[in-house]
Amino acid sequence: MTTSGGALTIGALSAGYGDGWTLEDVSLEIPAGRLVSVIGPNGSGKSTLLRAVLGLVPQRLGSVSLAGVPIEKRRSEVAYVPQRELVDWSFPISAAQVVMMGRYPRIGPVRGSTGGDRDAVEGALERVGMADLATRQIGALSGGQQQRVFVARALVQEASVLLLDEPMTGVDRGTEEAITGLMRELRDAGTTILHATHDLEGAADVSDLLCFVNGRVVAFGPPDETFTPQTLHATFGGELMILDSGDHAHVHGGGHHHGGDTRRDAG
Amino acid sequence: MAWLTDPLDLELFQRALVAAVLMGATCGAIGAYVVLRRLAFIGDALSHAVFPGVVLAYVAGVSVFAGAMVAGALTSVAIAVVSRGQRIREDTAIGIFFAGAFALGIVLISTQTGYQRDLSAFLVGDLLGVGWDDIAVSAATGLAVVGVLVALRKELLLCSFDRVYAQALGYPVFALELLLLLLLTATIVVSLSAVGIILVLAMLVTPAATARLLVDRFTPMMILGAVLGALYGVIGWYVSYYLAWSPGGAIVLVATLAFLLAFVFSPSHGLLAHRLRRHPQHAAQRAAVDPPAGHEHGDEGGPVVASLRRRHPPGR
Repeated sequence: MTTSGGALTIGALSAGYGDGWTLEDVSLEIPAGRLVSVIGPNGSGKSTLLRAVLGLVPQRLGSVSLAGVPIEKRRSEVAYVPQRELVDWSFPISAAQVVMMGRYPRIGPVRGSTGGDRDAVEGALERVGMADLATRQIGALSGGQQQRVFVARALVQEASVLLLDEPMTGVDRGTEEAITGLMRELRDAGTTILHATHDLEGAADVSDLLCFVNGRVVAFGPPDETFTPQTLHATFGGELMILDSGDHAHVHGGGHHHGGDTRRDAG
Repeated sequence: MAWLTDPLDLELFQRALVAAVLMGATCGAIGAYVVLRRLAFIGDALSHAVFPGVVLAYVAGVSVFAGAMVAGALTSVAIAVVSRGQRIREDTAIGIFFAGAFALGIVLISTQTGYQRDLSAFLVGDLLGVGWDDIAVSAATGLAVVGVLVALRKELLLCSFDRVYAQALGYPVFALELLLLLLLTATIVVSLSAVGIILVLAMLVTPAATARLLVDRFTPMMILGAVLGALYGVIGWYVSYYLAWSPGGAIVLVATLAFLLAFVFSPSHGLLAHRLRRHPQHAAQRAAVDPPAGHEHGDEGGPVVASLRRRHPPGR
Protein backbone atom coordinates (compact mmCIF):
# COMPACT_ATOMS: atom_id res chain seq x y z
CA MET A 1 0.00 0.00 0.00
CA THR A 2 1.34 3.40 -0.90
CA THR A 3 1.83 5.21 2.37
CA SER A 4 2.39 8.77 1.23
CA GLY A 5 1.01 11.27 -1.19
CA GLY A 6 -2.62 10.65 -0.34
CA ALA A 7 -3.50 14.20 0.70
CA LEU A 8 -6.70 15.15 -1.10
CA THR A 9 -7.52 18.77 -1.83
CA ILE A 10 -11.00 19.60 -3.10
CA GLY A 11 -11.37 23.19 -4.26
CA ALA A 12 -14.72 24.88 -4.95
CA LEU A 13 -16.14 21.68 -6.41
CA SER A 14 -19.68 21.76 -7.83
CA ALA A 15 -21.29 18.78 -9.53
CA GLY A 16 -24.57 18.04 -11.27
CA TYR A 17 -26.38 15.85 -13.76
CA GLY A 18 -27.74 18.43 -16.19
CA ASP A 19 -30.59 19.76 -14.04
CA GLY A 20 -28.80 22.14 -11.71
CA TRP A 21 -26.11 21.45 -9.13
CA THR A 22 -26.61 18.45 -6.87
CA LEU A 23 -23.64 19.56 -4.85
CA GLU A 24 -22.29 23.07 -4.72
CA ASP A 25 -19.05 24.74 -3.81
CA VAL A 26 -17.32 22.04 -1.80
CA SER A 27 -13.86 22.84 -0.51
CA LEU A 28 -12.16 20.26 1.69
CA GLU A 29 -8.60 19.68 2.78
CA ILE A 30 -8.12 16.03 3.70
CA PRO A 31 -4.70 15.10 5.04
CA ALA A 32 -3.15 11.81 3.96
CA GLY A 33 -4.07 8.76 6.00
CA ARG A 34 -7.38 10.02 7.38
CA LEU A 35 -10.69 8.24 7.35
CA VAL A 36 -13.49 10.62 6.39
CA SER A 37 -17.16 9.70 6.47
CA VAL A 38 -19.50 11.67 4.22
CA ILE A 39 -22.92 11.87 5.83
CA GLY A 40 -26.20 13.23 4.52
CA PRO A 41 -29.79 12.30 3.61
CA ASN A 42 -30.88 10.76 0.34
CA GLY A 43 -30.14 12.98 -2.62
CA SER A 44 -27.88 15.20 -0.52
CA GLY A 45 -24.89 14.63 -2.77
CA LYS A 46 -22.87 12.06 -0.78
CA SER A 47 -22.38 9.78 -3.74
CA THR A 48 -22.11 12.77 -6.04
CA LEU A 49 -19.18 14.06 -4.00
CA LEU A 50 -17.29 10.79 -4.51
CA ARG A 51 -18.22 10.65 -8.18
CA ALA A 52 -17.19 14.26 -8.70
CA VAL A 53 -13.81 13.58 -7.11
CA LEU A 54 -13.33 10.90 -9.77
CA GLY A 55 -14.71 13.08 -12.58
CA LEU A 56 -17.70 10.79 -13.12
CA VAL A 57 -20.43 13.46 -13.21
CA PRO A 58 -21.52 15.11 -16.46
CA GLN A 59 -21.21 18.60 -15.05
CA ARG A 60 -18.38 19.60 -12.82
CA LEU A 61 -16.69 22.81 -11.75
CA GLY A 62 -13.71 23.26 -9.47
CA SER A 63 -10.62 21.21 -8.87
CA VAL A 64 -9.49 18.06 -7.09
CA SER A 65 -5.85 17.31 -6.53
CA LEU A 66 -3.95 14.47 -4.98
CA ALA A 67 -0.70 15.51 -3.26
CA GLY A 68 -0.81 18.70 -5.33
CA VAL A 69 -1.27 16.96 -8.70
CA PRO A 70 -4.61 17.21 -10.57
CA ILE A 71 -6.47 13.97 -9.94
CA GLU A 72 -7.07 13.44 -13.67
CA LYS A 73 -3.40 12.54 -13.93
CA ARG A 74 -3.48 10.10 -11.04
CA ARG A 75 -6.70 8.22 -11.64
CA SER A 76 -5.31 4.75 -11.02
CA GLU A 77 -4.07 5.87 -7.58
CA VAL A 78 -7.68 6.30 -6.50
CA ALA A 79 -9.58 3.11 -5.76
CA TYR A 80 -13.36 3.23 -5.93
CA VAL A 81 -16.03 0.92 -4.56
CA PRO A 82 -19.22 1.98 -6.41
CA GLN A 83 -22.77 1.24 -5.34
CA ARG A 84 -23.53 -2.36 -6.08
CA GLU A 85 -26.79 -1.77 -7.96
CA LEU A 86 -25.00 -0.46 -11.04
CA VAL A 87 -23.55 -3.79 -12.16
CA ASP A 88 -24.94 -6.58 -14.37
CA TRP A 89 -24.94 -9.52 -11.97
CA SER A 90 -25.70 -12.14 -14.58
CA PHE A 91 -22.35 -11.47 -16.27
CA PRO A 92 -20.41 -14.72 -16.75
CA ILE A 93 -17.35 -13.92 -14.64
CA SER A 94 -16.03 -15.19 -11.32
CA ALA A 95 -15.30 -13.28 -8.13
CA ALA A 96 -11.55 -13.57 -8.81
CA GLN A 97 -12.01 -12.17 -12.34
CA VAL A 98 -13.85 -9.16 -10.93
CA VAL A 99 -11.06 -8.54 -8.43
CA MET A 100 -8.48 -8.84 -11.23
CA MET A 101 -10.12 -5.83 -12.91
CA GLY A 102 -8.46 -3.67 -10.26
CA ARG A 103 -5.12 -4.71 -11.77
CA TYR A 104 -6.02 -3.88 -15.37
CA PRO A 105 -4.45 -0.38 -15.37
CA ARG A 106 -1.17 -1.92 -14.17
CA ILE A 107 -1.26 -4.78 -16.64
CA GLY A 108 -2.06 -2.49 -19.58
CA PRO A 109 -3.72 -3.44 -22.86
CA VAL A 110 -2.90 -6.58 -24.86
CA ARG A 111 -0.88 -8.30 -22.13
CA GLY A 112 -2.21 -10.90 -19.71
CA SER A 113 -1.97 -11.00 -15.93
CA THR A 114 1.30 -12.05 -14.30
CA GLY A 115 1.90 -14.25 -11.26
CA GLY A 116 2.23 -11.07 -9.21
CA ASP A 117 -1.23 -9.93 -10.27
CA ARG A 118 -2.73 -13.30 -9.40
CA ASP A 119 -1.00 -13.24 -6.00
CA ALA A 120 -2.43 -9.78 -5.35
CA VAL A 121 -5.93 -10.99 -6.24
CA GLU A 122 -5.59 -14.04 -4.02
CA GLY A 123 -4.25 -11.93 -1.14
CA ALA A 124 -7.07 -9.40 -1.43
CA LEU A 125 -9.73 -12.11 -1.54
CA GLU A 126 -8.19 -13.65 1.58
CA ARG A 127 -8.18 -10.27 3.28
CA VAL A 128 -11.91 -9.86 2.79
CA GLY A 129 -12.58 -13.48 3.72
CA MET A 130 -13.61 -14.59 0.25
CA ALA A 131 -10.72 -16.87 -0.76
CA ASP A 132 -12.89 -19.99 -0.78
CA LEU A 133 -15.48 -18.39 -3.09
CA ALA A 134 -12.98 -17.05 -5.65
CA THR A 135 -14.29 -19.16 -8.52
CA ARG A 136 -17.99 -18.52 -7.82
CA GLN A 137 -19.94 -16.60 -10.46
CA ILE A 138 -20.38 -13.04 -9.20
CA GLY A 139 -24.19 -13.13 -9.29
CA ALA A 140 -24.26 -16.34 -7.25
CA LEU A 141 -22.84 -14.53 -4.22
CA SER A 142 -24.85 -12.85 -1.46
CA GLY A 143 -25.01 -9.06 -1.32
CA GLY A 144 -22.43 -8.94 1.44
CA GLN A 145 -20.11 -11.28 -0.43
CA GLN A 146 -20.42 -9.18 -3.58
CA GLN A 147 -19.51 -6.09 -1.61
CA ARG A 148 -16.43 -7.84 -0.23
CA VAL A 149 -15.39 -8.71 -3.78
CA PHE A 150 -15.69 -5.04 -4.76
CA VAL A 151 -13.62 -4.02 -1.78
CA ALA A 152 -11.02 -6.63 -2.77
CA ARG A 153 -10.99 -5.17 -6.29
CA ALA A 154 -10.18 -1.77 -4.81
CA LEU A 155 -7.48 -3.32 -2.60
CA VAL A 156 -5.53 -4.81 -5.51
CA GLN A 157 -5.18 -1.32 -7.00
CA GLU A 158 -2.83 -0.60 -4.07
CA ALA A 159 -4.06 2.96 -4.23
CA SER A 160 -3.27 5.82 -1.88
CA VAL A 161 -6.90 6.99 -1.82
CA LEU A 162 -9.96 4.80 -1.34
CA LEU A 163 -13.51 5.98 -2.04
CA LEU A 164 -16.39 3.80 -0.83
CA ASP A 165 -19.97 4.60 -1.84
CA GLU A 166 -22.33 3.28 0.84
CA PRO A 167 -20.49 -0.02 1.24
CA MET A 168 -22.71 -1.10 4.15
CA THR A 169 -25.99 -0.86 2.23
CA GLY A 170 -27.69 -4.23 2.03
CA VAL A 171 -24.90 -6.26 3.59
CA ASP A 172 -24.86 -8.64 6.55
CA ARG A 173 -23.31 -7.73 9.89
CA GLY A 174 -20.22 -9.88 9.30
CA THR A 175 -19.45 -8.03 6.09
CA GLU A 176 -20.06 -4.70 7.78
CA GLU A 177 -17.56 -5.54 10.49
CA ALA A 178 -15.06 -6.88 7.96
CA ILE A 179 -15.25 -3.69 5.87
CA THR A 180 -15.03 -1.45 8.93
CA GLY A 181 -11.99 -3.38 10.16
CA LEU A 182 -10.34 -3.11 6.75
CA MET A 183 -10.98 0.63 6.57
CA ARG A 184 -9.23 1.03 9.92
CA GLU A 185 -6.28 -1.12 8.83
CA LEU A 186 -5.88 0.74 5.55
CA ARG A 187 -6.12 4.11 7.27
CA ASP A 188 -3.46 3.04 9.76
CA ALA A 189 -1.27 2.02 6.83
CA GLY A 190 -1.57 5.53 5.38
CA THR A 191 -4.48 5.26 2.94
CA THR A 192 -6.79 8.25 2.69
CA ILE A 193 -10.38 7.05 2.84
CA LEU A 194 -13.58 8.83 1.83
CA HIS A 195 -16.66 6.85 2.76
CA ALA A 196 -20.26 7.79 1.99
CA THR A 197 -22.69 6.38 4.53
CA HIS A 198 -25.97 6.91 6.30
CA ASP A 199 -24.93 4.94 9.35
CA LEU A 200 -24.35 7.89 11.67
CA GLU A 201 -23.32 5.87 14.67
CA GLY A 202 -20.83 3.72 12.78
CA ALA A 203 -19.40 6.73 11.00
CA ALA A 204 -18.83 8.65 14.21
CA ASP A 205 -17.10 5.66 15.80
CA VAL A 206 -14.75 4.82 12.99
CA SER A 207 -13.91 8.15 11.37
CA ASP A 208 -11.19 10.71 11.98
CA LEU A 209 -13.27 13.36 10.26
CA LEU A 210 -16.94 13.72 9.43
CA CYS A 211 -18.24 15.63 6.45
CA PHE A 212 -21.95 16.49 6.66
CA VAL A 213 -23.47 17.34 3.29
CA ASN A 214 -26.84 18.50 2.07
CA GLY A 215 -26.33 20.04 -1.33
CA ARG A 216 -23.27 21.72 0.20
CA VAL A 217 -20.95 21.04 3.09
CA VAL A 218 -22.80 21.66 6.35
CA ALA A 219 -19.90 20.78 8.64
CA PHE A 220 -16.48 19.22 8.34
CA GLY A 221 -14.25 18.21 11.22
CA PRO A 222 -13.55 15.63 13.95
CA PRO A 223 -16.64 13.78 15.25
CA ASP A 224 -16.54 15.39 18.69
CA GLU A 225 -16.80 18.82 17.08
CA THR A 226 -19.25 18.08 14.30
CA PHE A 227 -21.55 15.37 15.64
CA THR A 228 -23.94 17.84 17.24
CA PRO A 229 -27.73 18.14 17.22
CA GLN A 230 -27.35 21.43 15.36
CA THR A 231 -25.30 19.83 12.59
CA LEU A 232 -27.60 16.83 12.37
CA HIS A 233 -30.62 19.08 12.16
CA ALA A 234 -29.03 21.32 9.57
CA THR A 235 -28.08 18.26 7.53
CA PHE A 236 -31.16 16.10 7.81
CA GLY A 237 -33.93 18.56 8.69
CA GLY A 238 -37.21 16.74 9.18
CA GLU A 239 -35.95 13.49 7.75
CA LEU A 240 -34.01 12.58 10.84
CA MET A 241 -35.25 10.76 13.93
CA ILE A 242 -32.79 10.42 16.70
CA LEU A 243 -33.82 8.30 19.66
CA ASP A 244 -31.23 8.53 22.33
CA SER A 245 -31.52 6.10 25.19
CA GLY A 246 -28.47 7.33 27.06
CA ASP A 247 -27.33 10.58 28.51
CA HIS A 248 -27.14 12.47 25.24
CA ALA A 249 -29.22 14.53 22.90
CA HIS A 250 -32.73 13.90 21.74
CA VAL A 251 -33.37 15.22 18.30
CA HIS A 252 -36.72 14.63 16.72
CA GLY A 253 -37.86 15.04 13.16
CA GLY A 254 -40.25 17.77 12.07
CA GLY A 255 -37.88 20.67 11.88
CA HIS A 256 -39.48 22.74 14.67
CA HIS A 257 -37.42 21.90 17.67
CA HIS A 258 -34.47 19.94 18.86
CA GLY A 259 -33.92 18.99 22.41
CA GLY A 260 -31.08 20.77 24.13
CA ASP A 261 -27.61 21.37 22.93
CA THR A 262 -25.88 18.39 24.48
CA ARG A 263 -23.07 17.10 22.40
CA ARG A 264 -22.76 13.50 21.52
CA ASP A 265 -19.25 12.42 22.37
CA ALA A 266 -17.95 10.03 19.78
CA GLY A 267 -15.91 6.97 20.64
CA MET B 1 -18.30 -39.68 -46.77
CA ALA B 2 -18.98 -38.98 -50.40
CA TRP B 3 -22.00 -36.91 -49.42
CA LEU B 4 -19.59 -34.56 -47.63
CA THR B 5 -17.06 -34.24 -50.43
CA ASP B 6 -19.25 -34.42 -53.51
CA PRO B 7 -20.65 -30.89 -53.17
CA LEU B 8 -17.11 -29.54 -53.03
CA ASP B 9 -16.16 -30.63 -56.55
CA LEU B 10 -17.14 -27.24 -57.84
CA GLU B 11 -15.01 -24.30 -56.79
CA LEU B 12 -18.22 -22.30 -56.57
CA PHE B 13 -19.32 -24.48 -53.65
CA GLN B 14 -15.91 -24.42 -51.99
CA ARG B 15 -16.03 -20.64 -51.95
CA ALA B 16 -19.54 -20.64 -50.53
CA LEU B 17 -18.55 -23.00 -47.72
CA VAL B 18 -15.44 -20.97 -46.80
CA ALA B 19 -17.50 -17.77 -46.79
CA ALA B 20 -20.14 -19.36 -44.53
CA VAL B 21 -17.50 -20.51 -42.05
CA LEU B 22 -15.77 -17.12 -41.90
CA MET B 23 -19.08 -15.34 -41.44
CA GLY B 24 -20.22 -17.72 -38.71
CA ALA B 25 -16.98 -17.58 -36.73
CA THR B 26 -16.65 -13.77 -36.76
CA CYS B 27 -20.31 -13.22 -35.88
CA GLY B 28 -20.14 -15.86 -33.16
CA ALA B 29 -17.09 -14.25 -31.54
CA ILE B 30 -18.37 -10.67 -31.37
CA GLY B 31 -21.78 -12.10 -30.51
CA ALA B 32 -20.62 -12.58 -26.92
CA TYR B 33 -20.66 -8.78 -26.54
CA VAL B 34 -23.89 -8.41 -28.49
CA VAL B 35 -25.63 -10.79 -26.08
CA LEU B 36 -24.07 -9.61 -22.82
CA ARG B 37 -24.32 -5.89 -23.61
CA ARG B 38 -27.81 -6.25 -25.05
CA LEU B 39 -26.74 -4.89 -28.44
CA ALA B 40 -29.20 -7.01 -30.44
CA PHE B 41 -31.30 -4.01 -31.39
CA ILE B 42 -28.29 -1.93 -32.40
CA GLY B 43 -26.94 -4.90 -34.36
CA ASP B 44 -30.20 -5.14 -36.27
CA ALA B 45 -30.13 -1.37 -36.81
CA LEU B 46 -26.56 -1.36 -38.12
CA SER B 47 -27.26 -4.20 -40.53
CA HIS B 48 -30.08 -2.15 -42.04
CA ALA B 49 -28.19 1.13 -41.87
CA VAL B 50 -25.42 -0.14 -44.17
CA PHE B 51 -27.97 -0.56 -46.95
CA PRO B 52 -27.71 2.96 -48.48
CA GLY B 53 -23.93 2.57 -48.51
CA VAL B 54 -24.30 -0.69 -50.42
CA VAL B 55 -26.63 0.86 -52.99
CA LEU B 56 -24.53 3.99 -53.49
CA ALA B 57 -21.29 2.02 -53.82
CA TYR B 58 -22.92 -0.36 -56.27
CA VAL B 59 -24.28 2.47 -58.40
CA ALA B 60 -20.96 4.32 -58.27
CA GLY B 61 -19.11 1.15 -59.15
CA VAL B 62 -16.83 1.24 -56.08
CA SER B 63 -16.27 -1.43 -53.43
CA VAL B 64 -19.56 -2.41 -51.85
CA PHE B 65 -17.73 -3.37 -48.66
CA ALA B 66 -16.26 0.14 -48.41
CA GLY B 67 -19.64 1.77 -49.04
CA ALA B 68 -21.35 -0.36 -46.41
CA MET B 69 -18.57 0.22 -43.91
CA VAL B 70 -18.78 4.00 -44.30
CA ALA B 71 -22.57 4.02 -43.93
CA GLY B 72 -22.40 1.75 -40.89
CA ALA B 73 -19.63 3.74 -39.26
CA LEU B 74 -21.48 7.03 -39.79
CA THR B 75 -24.61 5.54 -38.26
CA SER B 76 -22.65 4.15 -35.27
CA VAL B 77 -21.14 7.54 -34.58
CA ALA B 78 -24.49 9.32 -35.02
CA ILE B 79 -26.20 6.94 -32.60
CA ALA B 80 -23.40 7.20 -30.05
CA VAL B 81 -23.27 11.01 -30.20
CA VAL B 82 -27.02 11.63 -30.11
CA SER B 83 -27.67 9.17 -27.29
CA ARG B 84 -24.86 10.70 -25.23
CA GLY B 85 -27.23 13.47 -24.18
CA GLN B 86 -29.79 12.96 -21.46
CA ARG B 87 -32.96 13.61 -23.40
CA ILE B 88 -32.70 11.15 -26.29
CA ARG B 89 -32.15 7.59 -25.09
CA GLU B 90 -30.00 5.19 -27.05
CA ASP B 91 -32.84 2.97 -28.29
CA THR B 92 -34.66 6.05 -29.58
CA ALA B 93 -31.54 7.25 -31.39
CA ILE B 94 -31.10 3.78 -32.87
CA GLY B 95 -34.69 3.72 -34.07
CA ILE B 96 -34.31 7.09 -35.77
CA PHE B 97 -31.08 6.40 -37.62
CA PHE B 98 -31.73 2.76 -38.46
CA ALA B 99 -35.04 3.41 -40.17
CA GLY B 100 -33.84 6.68 -41.68
CA ALA B 101 -30.79 5.09 -43.27
CA PHE B 102 -32.73 2.07 -44.54
CA ALA B 103 -35.32 4.42 -46.04
CA LEU B 104 -32.53 6.23 -47.85
CA GLY B 105 -31.40 2.89 -49.27
CA ILE B 106 -34.92 2.09 -50.45
CA VAL B 107 -35.31 5.50 -52.09
CA LEU B 108 -31.95 5.13 -53.79
CA ILE B 109 -32.80 1.67 -55.09
CA SER B 110 -36.16 2.94 -56.40
CA THR B 111 -34.29 5.43 -58.56
CA GLN B 112 -32.11 2.64 -60.00
CA THR B 113 -34.66 0.19 -61.37
CA GLY B 114 -32.15 -1.73 -63.45
CA TYR B 115 -30.19 -2.82 -60.37
CA GLN B 116 -33.01 -4.14 -58.21
CA ARG B 117 -32.39 -7.80 -58.79
CA ASP B 118 -28.67 -7.67 -58.01
CA LEU B 119 -29.07 -5.53 -54.93
CA SER B 120 -31.72 -7.79 -53.47
CA ALA B 121 -28.87 -10.26 -52.90
CA PHE B 122 -27.72 -8.04 -50.04
CA LEU B 123 -31.10 -8.30 -48.39
CA VAL B 124 -31.18 -12.09 -48.20
CA GLY B 125 -27.57 -13.04 -48.95
CA ASP B 126 -26.08 -14.80 -51.94
CA LEU B 127 -23.45 -17.35 -50.89
CA LEU B 128 -23.05 -18.75 -54.40
CA GLY B 129 -22.23 -15.31 -55.73
CA VAL B 130 -19.20 -14.92 -53.43
CA GLY B 131 -15.82 -14.57 -55.15
CA TRP B 132 -12.33 -15.24 -53.81
CA ASP B 133 -11.77 -11.50 -53.52
CA ASP B 134 -14.84 -11.23 -51.27
CA ILE B 135 -13.48 -14.09 -49.20
CA ALA B 136 -10.12 -12.36 -48.85
CA VAL B 137 -11.88 -9.24 -47.53
CA SER B 138 -13.99 -11.35 -45.17
CA ALA B 139 -10.96 -13.22 -43.86
CA ALA B 140 -8.92 -10.07 -43.33
CA THR B 141 -11.83 -8.29 -41.64
CA GLY B 142 -12.65 -11.30 -39.49
CA LEU B 143 -9.03 -11.58 -38.36
CA ALA B 144 -8.88 -7.85 -37.62
CA VAL B 145 -12.12 -7.96 -35.60
CA VAL B 146 -11.05 -10.98 -33.58
CA GLY B 147 -7.55 -9.49 -33.19
CA VAL B 148 -8.92 -6.31 -31.63
CA LEU B 149 -11.34 -8.31 -29.43
CA VAL B 150 -8.38 -10.31 -28.12
CA ALA B 151 -5.98 -7.37 -27.76
CA LEU B 152 -8.49 -5.27 -25.82
CA ARG B 153 -10.24 -8.18 -24.10
CA LYS B 154 -9.62 -6.78 -20.60
CA GLU B 155 -10.71 -3.25 -21.39
CA LEU B 156 -13.83 -4.28 -23.33
CA LEU B 157 -14.78 -6.77 -20.62
CA LEU B 158 -14.37 -4.18 -17.88
CA CYS B 159 -16.47 -1.57 -19.74
CA SER B 160 -19.16 -4.16 -20.36
CA PHE B 161 -19.33 -5.42 -16.79
CA ASP B 162 -18.84 -2.21 -14.82
CA ARG B 163 -18.86 0.98 -16.84
CA VAL B 164 -18.67 3.28 -13.83
CA TYR B 165 -15.59 1.54 -12.43
CA ALA B 166 -13.93 1.64 -15.86
CA GLN B 167 -14.51 5.41 -15.96
CA ALA B 168 -13.18 5.74 -12.42
CA LEU B 169 -9.97 4.03 -13.51
CA GLY B 170 -9.64 6.59 -16.30
CA TYR B 171 -10.44 4.33 -19.26
CA PRO B 172 -11.86 6.09 -22.35
CA VAL B 173 -15.19 4.30 -22.03
CA PHE B 174 -16.95 6.24 -24.79
CA ALA B 175 -14.14 5.52 -27.28
CA LEU B 176 -14.11 1.83 -26.34
CA GLU B 177 -17.87 1.57 -26.82
CA LEU B 178 -17.62 3.29 -30.18
CA LEU B 179 -14.84 0.90 -31.15
CA LEU B 180 -17.09 -2.04 -30.29
CA LEU B 181 -19.81 -0.60 -32.55
CA LEU B 182 -17.30 -0.20 -35.40
CA LEU B 183 -16.14 -3.80 -34.98
CA LEU B 184 -19.77 -4.84 -35.02
CA THR B 185 -20.33 -2.84 -38.20
CA ALA B 186 -17.33 -4.46 -39.90
CA THR B 187 -18.61 -7.91 -38.91
CA ILE B 188 -22.05 -7.15 -40.31
CA VAL B 189 -20.66 -5.79 -43.57
CA VAL B 190 -18.57 -8.89 -44.34
CA SER B 191 -21.52 -11.12 -43.39
CA LEU B 192 -23.98 -9.57 -45.83
CA SER B 193 -22.99 -11.69 -48.81
CA ALA B 194 -23.56 -14.86 -46.79
CA VAL B 195 -26.80 -14.24 -44.92
CA GLY B 196 -27.93 -10.77 -45.96
CA ILE B 197 -29.11 -7.69 -44.10
CA ILE B 198 -32.26 -9.25 -42.70
CA LEU B 199 -30.77 -12.44 -41.27
CA VAL B 200 -27.34 -11.29 -40.08
CA LEU B 201 -28.81 -10.43 -36.67
CA ALA B 202 -29.45 -14.11 -36.06
CA MET B 203 -25.76 -14.92 -36.51
CA LEU B 204 -24.77 -12.09 -34.14
CA VAL B 205 -27.12 -13.29 -31.42
CA THR B 206 -27.96 -16.99 -31.72
CA PRO B 207 -24.53 -18.72 -31.53
CA ALA B 208 -23.48 -16.53 -28.59
CA ALA B 209 -26.81 -17.01 -26.83
CA THR B 210 -26.44 -20.78 -27.25
CA ALA B 211 -22.91 -20.62 -25.85
CA ARG B 212 -24.28 -18.61 -22.91
CA LEU B 213 -26.52 -21.56 -22.06
CA LEU B 214 -23.62 -24.01 -22.17
CA VAL B 215 -20.70 -22.28 -20.42
CA ASP B 216 -20.32 -19.98 -17.41
CA ARG B 217 -17.30 -17.82 -18.19
CA PHE B 218 -16.76 -15.03 -20.66
CA THR B 219 -13.78 -16.31 -22.66
CA PRO B 220 -15.15 -19.84 -23.15
CA MET B 221 -18.43 -18.23 -24.18
CA MET B 222 -16.73 -16.19 -26.88
CA ILE B 223 -14.69 -19.16 -28.19
CA LEU B 224 -17.68 -21.48 -28.17
CA GLY B 225 -19.77 -18.81 -29.92
CA ALA B 226 -17.20 -18.60 -32.72
CA VAL B 227 -17.01 -22.39 -33.04
CA LEU B 228 -20.80 -22.75 -33.09
CA GLY B 229 -21.13 -19.94 -35.65
CA ALA B 230 -18.66 -21.67 -37.97
CA LEU B 231 -20.36 -25.02 -37.41
CA TYR B 232 -23.79 -23.60 -38.23
CA GLY B 233 -22.28 -22.17 -41.41
CA VAL B 234 -21.08 -25.63 -42.46
CA ILE B 235 -24.21 -27.55 -41.49
CA GLY B 236 -26.54 -24.91 -42.90
CA TRP B 237 -24.64 -24.87 -46.14
CA TYR B 238 -24.89 -28.67 -46.58
CA VAL B 239 -28.57 -28.58 -45.71
CA SER B 240 -29.13 -25.90 -48.33
CA TYR B 241 -27.14 -27.93 -50.87
CA TYR B 242 -29.10 -31.13 -50.43
CA LEU B 243 -32.54 -29.64 -49.87
CA ALA B 244 -32.09 -26.76 -52.34
CA TRP B 245 -32.94 -24.21 -49.66
CA SER B 246 -31.73 -20.65 -49.47
CA PRO B 247 -28.25 -20.94 -47.88
CA GLY B 248 -28.70 -17.92 -45.61
CA GLY B 249 -32.08 -19.16 -44.45
CA ALA B 250 -30.77 -22.69 -43.87
CA ILE B 251 -27.81 -21.46 -41.78
CA VAL B 252 -30.06 -19.33 -39.58
CA LEU B 253 -32.60 -22.16 -39.17
CA VAL B 254 -29.82 -24.53 -38.07
CA ALA B 255 -28.64 -21.91 -35.56
CA THR B 256 -32.18 -21.43 -34.24
CA LEU B 257 -32.76 -25.18 -33.88
CA ALA B 258 -29.45 -25.60 -32.03
CA PHE B 259 -30.41 -22.80 -29.68
CA LEU B 260 -33.76 -24.43 -28.93
CA LEU B 261 -32.01 -27.73 -28.20
CA ALA B 262 -29.60 -26.00 -25.80
CA PHE B 263 -32.49 -24.11 -24.23
CA VAL B 264 -34.21 -27.37 -23.35
CA PHE B 265 -31.30 -29.77 -22.84
CA SER B 266 -28.36 -27.68 -21.57
CA PRO B 267 -26.93 -29.59 -18.60
CA SER B 268 -26.49 -26.46 -16.52
CA HIS B 269 -29.08 -23.94 -17.72
CA GLY B 270 -31.60 -25.96 -19.74
CA LEU B 271 -35.30 -26.14 -19.01
CA LEU B 272 -34.93 -29.80 -18.15
CA ALA B 273 -32.25 -29.04 -15.60
CA HIS B 274 -34.70 -26.72 -13.87
CA ARG B 275 -32.07 -24.07 -13.78
CA LEU B 276 -33.14 -21.75 -16.53
CA ARG B 277 -34.13 -18.95 -14.26
CA ARG B 278 -30.95 -18.04 -12.45
CA HIS B 279 -32.07 -14.87 -10.77
CA PRO B 280 -34.92 -15.94 -8.51
CA GLN B 281 -32.75 -18.74 -7.21
CA HIS B 282 -29.89 -16.40 -6.42
CA ALA B 283 -32.20 -13.82 -4.94
CA ALA B 284 -33.47 -16.54 -2.62
CA GLN B 285 -29.92 -17.48 -1.68
CA ARG B 286 -29.11 -13.86 -1.01
CA ALA B 287 -32.17 -13.31 1.12
CA ALA B 288 -31.21 -16.31 3.20
CA VAL B 289 -27.78 -14.84 3.95
CA ASP B 290 -28.51 -11.12 4.20
CA PRO B 291 -31.36 -9.27 5.79
CA PRO B 292 -33.23 -7.05 3.33
CA ALA B 293 -31.40 -3.85 2.49
CA GLY B 294 -32.08 -0.96 4.79
CA HIS B 295 -33.09 -3.01 7.83
CA GLU B 296 -29.64 -3.81 9.07
CA HIS B 297 -29.37 -0.79 11.31
CA GLY B 298 -32.99 -0.49 12.20
CA ASP B 299 -33.43 -2.78 15.17
CA GLU B 300 -30.33 -2.44 17.24
CA GLY B 301 -31.41 -0.10 20.00
CA GLY B 302 -28.00 1.58 20.16
CA PRO B 303 -27.51 5.04 21.60
CA VAL B 304 -28.35 6.70 18.30
CA VAL B 305 -30.65 5.23 15.75
CA ALA B 306 -30.91 7.21 12.58
CA SER B 307 -33.73 6.01 10.43
CA LEU B 308 -33.72 7.36 6.92
CA ARG B 309 -36.61 6.68 4.68
CA ARG B 310 -35.11 5.00 1.72
CA ARG B 311 -31.95 3.78 0.18
CA HIS B 312 -29.99 6.24 -1.88
CA PRO B 313 -31.13 6.12 -5.50
CA PRO B 314 -28.36 4.89 -7.82
CA GLY B 315 -26.54 7.56 -9.73
CA ARG B 316 -26.95 10.38 -7.26
